[in-house]
Amino acid sequence: MKTEYKYRVLALFSALVLFSIAILISGRTVDAASGGSITGKVKLNGTAPHQRGIDMSKEPTCAAIHKDKPVTMENVVAGADGGLADVVVYISQGLSGNEGASSEPVSITQKGCQYIPHVVALDVGQHMKVINADQTSHNIHPQPKNNPEWNKSQPPGAPPFDVTWANEEIAVPVKCNIHPWMHGYVAVVKGPFGVSDESGSFKLQGVAPGSYTLTAWQETYGTQTQKVTVAAGKPATADFTFTAK
Amino acid sequence: MAKFLAVTIVIIAIASAVPILRHTWAPPQDISTHGPLIDEQMSDTMAEAGISFLAAQIILAIFIWMFAGARPEGKIKTFPGGAKAMVIASLLLVGTEVLALGIFGQRAWASVYFTPPGPNAMPVQVQAGQFAFYFRYPGADGKFGPLHPEQINEGNQNFFGLDTANDPDSKDDIVTAELAIPVNREIHLLMHSKDVGHSFYVPELRVQQDFVPGLDVSLHFTATKVGKYEIVCTQLCGLGHYNMKAYLEVMSPDDFNSWLKQQAALQ
Amino acid sequence: MHDMSHATEHHAHTPPQGFIRNYVFSLDHKVIGKQYYGLGLVAVITGMVLSWIMRIHLVWPNFAIPGLGLLSKAGAPGGIVTPEYYLQLMTMHGTLMVFFVLTNVPFAGFGNYFLPIQIGAEDMAFPRFNMMSFWTTFVAFLVLIAAFFVGDGPPLAGWTSYAPLSAVGGAAGPGEATGQTLWAISIAIFCIGQLLGSLNFISTTLDLRTKGMTLWRMPLSTWSWFITSCIGLTAFAVLLPACILLILDRTAGTSFFIPSGLVINDKLQPHSGGSTLLWQHLFWFFGHPEVYIAIVPAMGIVSHILINSMRRPMLSHRVIIYSLLAIGFLSYMVYGHHMFVSGMNPFSSLAFSFPTLLITIPSTVLVLIWIGSLYGSKLRITTASLFALGFISMFVSGGVSGFFLAQPSLDIYLHATYFVVGHFHMVMGVAAIFGMFAGTYFWFPKMFGRMMNETLGRVHFWLTFVGTYCIFMPFHYLGLAANVRRYSAFVDDYLQPLLGVHKFITIAALFTGAVQLIFLYNLIHSRFRGALAPANPWEATSLEWTMPSPPPFDNFGGRHPVVYHDPYQYGIEGATNDYVMQDSPEEIKSVRDER
Ligand code: HEM
Ligand SMILES: [Cu+2]
Ligand SMILES: [Cu+2]
Repeated sequence: MKTEYKYRVLALFSALVLFSIAILISGRTVDAASGGSITGKVKLNGTAPHQRGIDMSKEPTCAAIHKDKPVTMENVVAGADGGLADVVVYISQGLSGNEGASSEPVSITQKGCQYIPHVVALDVGQHMKVINADQTSHNIHPQPKNNPEWNKSQPPGAPPFDVTWANEEIAVPVKCNIHPWMHGYVAVVKGPFGVSDESGSFKLQGVAPGSYTLTAWQETYGTQTQKVTVAAGKPATADFTFTAK
Repeated sequence: MAKFLAVTIVIIAIASAVPILRHTWAPPQDISTHGPLIDEQMSDTMAEAGISFLAAQIILAIFIWMFAGARPEGKIKTFPGGAKAMVIASLLLVGTEVLALGIFGQRAWASVYFTPPGPNAMPVQVQAGQFAFYFRYPGADGKFGPLHPEQINEGNQNFFGLDTANDPDSKDDIVTAELAIPVNREIHLLMHSKDVGHSFYVPELRVQQDFVPGLDVSLHFTATKVGKYEIVCTQLCGLGHYNMKAYLEVMSPDDFNSWLKQQAALQ
Repeated sequence: MHDMSHATEHHAHTPPQGFIRNYVFSLDHKVIGKQYYGLGLVAVITGMVLSWIMRIHLVWPNFAIPGLGLLSKAGAPGGIVTPEYYLQLMTMHGTLMVFFVLTNVPFAGFGNYFLPIQIGAEDMAFPRFNMMSFWTTFVAFLVLIAAFFVGDGPPLAGWTSYAPLSAVGGAAGPGEATGQTLWAISIAIFCIGQLLGSLNFISTTLDLRTKGMTLWRMPLSTWSWFITSCIGLTAFAVLLPACILLILDRTAGTSFFIPSGLVINDKLQPHSGGSTLLWQHLFWFFGHPEVYIAIVPAMGIVSHILINSMRRPMLSHRVIIYSLLAIGFLSYMVYGHHMFVSGMNPFSSLAFSFPTLLITIPSTVLVLIWIGSLYGSKLRITTASLFALGFISMFVSGGVSGFFLAQPSLDIYLHATYFVVGHFHMVMGVAAIFGMFAGTYFWFPKMFGRMMNETLGRVHFWLTFVGTYCIFMPFHYLGLAANVRRYSAFVDDYLQPLLGVHKFITIAALFTGAVQLIFLYNLIHSRFRGALAPANPWEATSLEWTMPSPPPFDNFGGRHPVVYHDPYQYGIEGATNDYVMQDSPEEIKSVRDER
């Protein structure tokens, strides 16, 4: 009996060692499986500034798409119940540094002479697909500070192309010179991130237990931070409120 | 071989002239007050150049036909009058052509460039930038607010760099993406380039003028026909050059006024 | 037939030893002439392939061009040309054609080979300079081609490279980073090569003429090279500093061509005080004479060949020379016709319009003399004379459209449309190319000691003649319908009805381009397999035909030819032949010894 017990402990122990080796090697995958999450809401306090209408008469194919619903600027997109959309929430401090890039590609689609989504967030090294769904050429022209600048046009019917970003940067403005009103952002972050939807809700997944500094970035209002602690298996919550200027 | 060449030259010359005579590909109908002068000049030139073209090609062909093939026994003949005749002919033919086209033809140019816009001309500013045109109407005060290039922000739709918060003249300026103008009213177009060289070309209006970065130029014209026309850029300005355009809408005065009100509300 | 008595002093002229000295860094003007020709051939093939890609893209924008994706991943992903790549190809096409074809072949190429020979010289005045000019030009070519392989590819600002697009750098879009800098460097180097070459041509013509070779006794081809080098000396001397200023604007932060207040991508540019019109003035002060640098040698070559085929001198040797001189002189006063709607003072437009209309007078005199001289001649049809006659036809066709563009009021409508593209391709591009073809078929026997195949030559002529008209005549129609040039796609509503014409042009361009393979085959085949050429296969009179084909290393075998006659003693009555060579002491009653 005694020896049997000994073997059991040994087996358990070696399993644990193997497991931790596996954790060390594969880092994030296990994180995601075992890690917690952070959810929350971003709210806008006050009324959003006037978003000017966009006149697309230069590009009739795009103007036709928006015939029924005029398009406005998207510098501040507030939902009906005060939620603030297109806010990037990410962990600015406290990451272990072992987080790998997500293998899921994100995409940015040019449709109706707008960027959909208006704000894209992705991991350093994560793949981004650039799609042109319009009947016209666009040029995609990001103007980063920490990454190489490029400027490339994509004629109608051209296949999507793939981009990755080497360095963290929040956020890279993206524009189309052919349609000067087209304007969007790519936020290149490290580690878990979330982008708020129309209701202001966001969710960061795969956050390992620990305490972090959480940052929310909005293109017009800038950043806000708060501390948050994630316990194993329990979703943490954090809400942000921006004040309209 | 030589006769074949002669025939080919004649066929090519005639075939080239046919589409011109039949107006297969002709300028679109003119919609401006100064256009008829240009069109008249164009057809005069077409007639003179066309006759010179056909005459030269056909005489060339005839001489090739007549004189090709070595005739060792024959003697060289000289065209009556020799070189002197050629020089005199050129001086007479081209000289009169130069006089006719050069002097009388300047009326059209003068009507566009040497007459100042009338006192009632409606000022509109057009700004060209990679790769779109934007237009600005001065609003009720009739004054354009100053431009602040450093404040240009296309993401905020501040295409001109207006400071509406601090410049009272800018407050009621109306910025649009298409050029609407009332019919039969003289327009004084103030042309400003934001970045590189561009050009403003409306074939129907018989108007083409480059934008000069760093130097505002102005142009005036009167459109005489209601309709929608295309404004295209004709100065190579970068990758989107072919797609740099805007629409010109010539409207009745009433339509124009309500259009302008509507645009003012959208600012 | 030749009196050898004057050839008393024989120099010990032996060709240098070794491959490098003989064929690469050769000081022999004949080798250098062939090198220019070869470089021009490479450039014209490259330029033509580029024009094919452009034409295909314009009418079948979604056709993936095989292999193109490998050359430029960014510009043509999967072989599909992007809008910027179209403009980049167009810029390279124009630059290659104007600088490396039209300047290199009729002027520097044939000029190098035949100018010293036609005036009875052993070599150029400065053989070492001569070698340097070629290799400078070669370096310029390499620098330009390198632009295909840098970061975001070759420049897209057109062969005119208007500032500020060409001056502000990468912010202005793809091609405006390293590619545009390479363009400016390449052209600056090219200018140095041409300046050296022009000086050499001028000194050679003025100092090295053999005994009896007065200026008026020089053949028309020599005259045209001489006049061209005078034009080149002043024109390239302006482009060189302009390019240097452009390079400084791009790399050293100066603002010669960039005014203040420019905003690109929402960023205020850190420049102030420059003038964009300054670039246009400097460029066209070079640019307009440049088109005469392209066409004047072709005029000279064609006259030279035509006289030989007609078996008679031109109606007047001197009037032709005076006309060429007048064209050369006026070419500096007309450059502003490229800028009628540029925003310069509208009075200047009038001032530039008159000399432009005036320059048609000497051009018309030339055409009338060519045509009038045909009258009563004994025209022999050869491939060379076919191309020379084709040149006249093309020059007339391209010339009449000049009447339109010379008038500011019509330029308002026609400027920057395909009418201009049709005009300059015909009058400068195709006409000069026809001059080159004529020169090639005429002088090939002398240059390589073998005859070219006449049958293939004629097939080549017919298909090319008809083909080029099919390509370039419709360009004028497109322009009349206001089709704008330098567009990589035609998206405007009013251009839609014209797409059929564009398809026709593309098919004609592909066909005519393919026809050039016949020429290439003929060139290479005849070089090695052609019938051996006699010294004077065309029964011509000028000095290049007094020596064996190909000429010996020192041209005249140590002999100093003496010239007794005007260059074109054809149709001589009572002479043994119907012609008398320039160095024949035979006493003749000169038919038309104009003096
Ligand atoms: C196979 C024969 C050729 C074809 C099909 C061709 C076609 C073209 C086309 C399509 C363009 C662009 C037009 C535009 O988009 O605005 C162009 C431009 C040009 N071509 Fe050619 N070309 C040919 C031969 C030549 C030759 C022999 C020359 C020599 C002078 C030449 C000189 C130029 C120049 C200077 C431009 C203007 C480039 C610019 O706008 O910056 N081409 N050609
Ligand atoms: Cu776009
Ligand atoms: Cu443009």
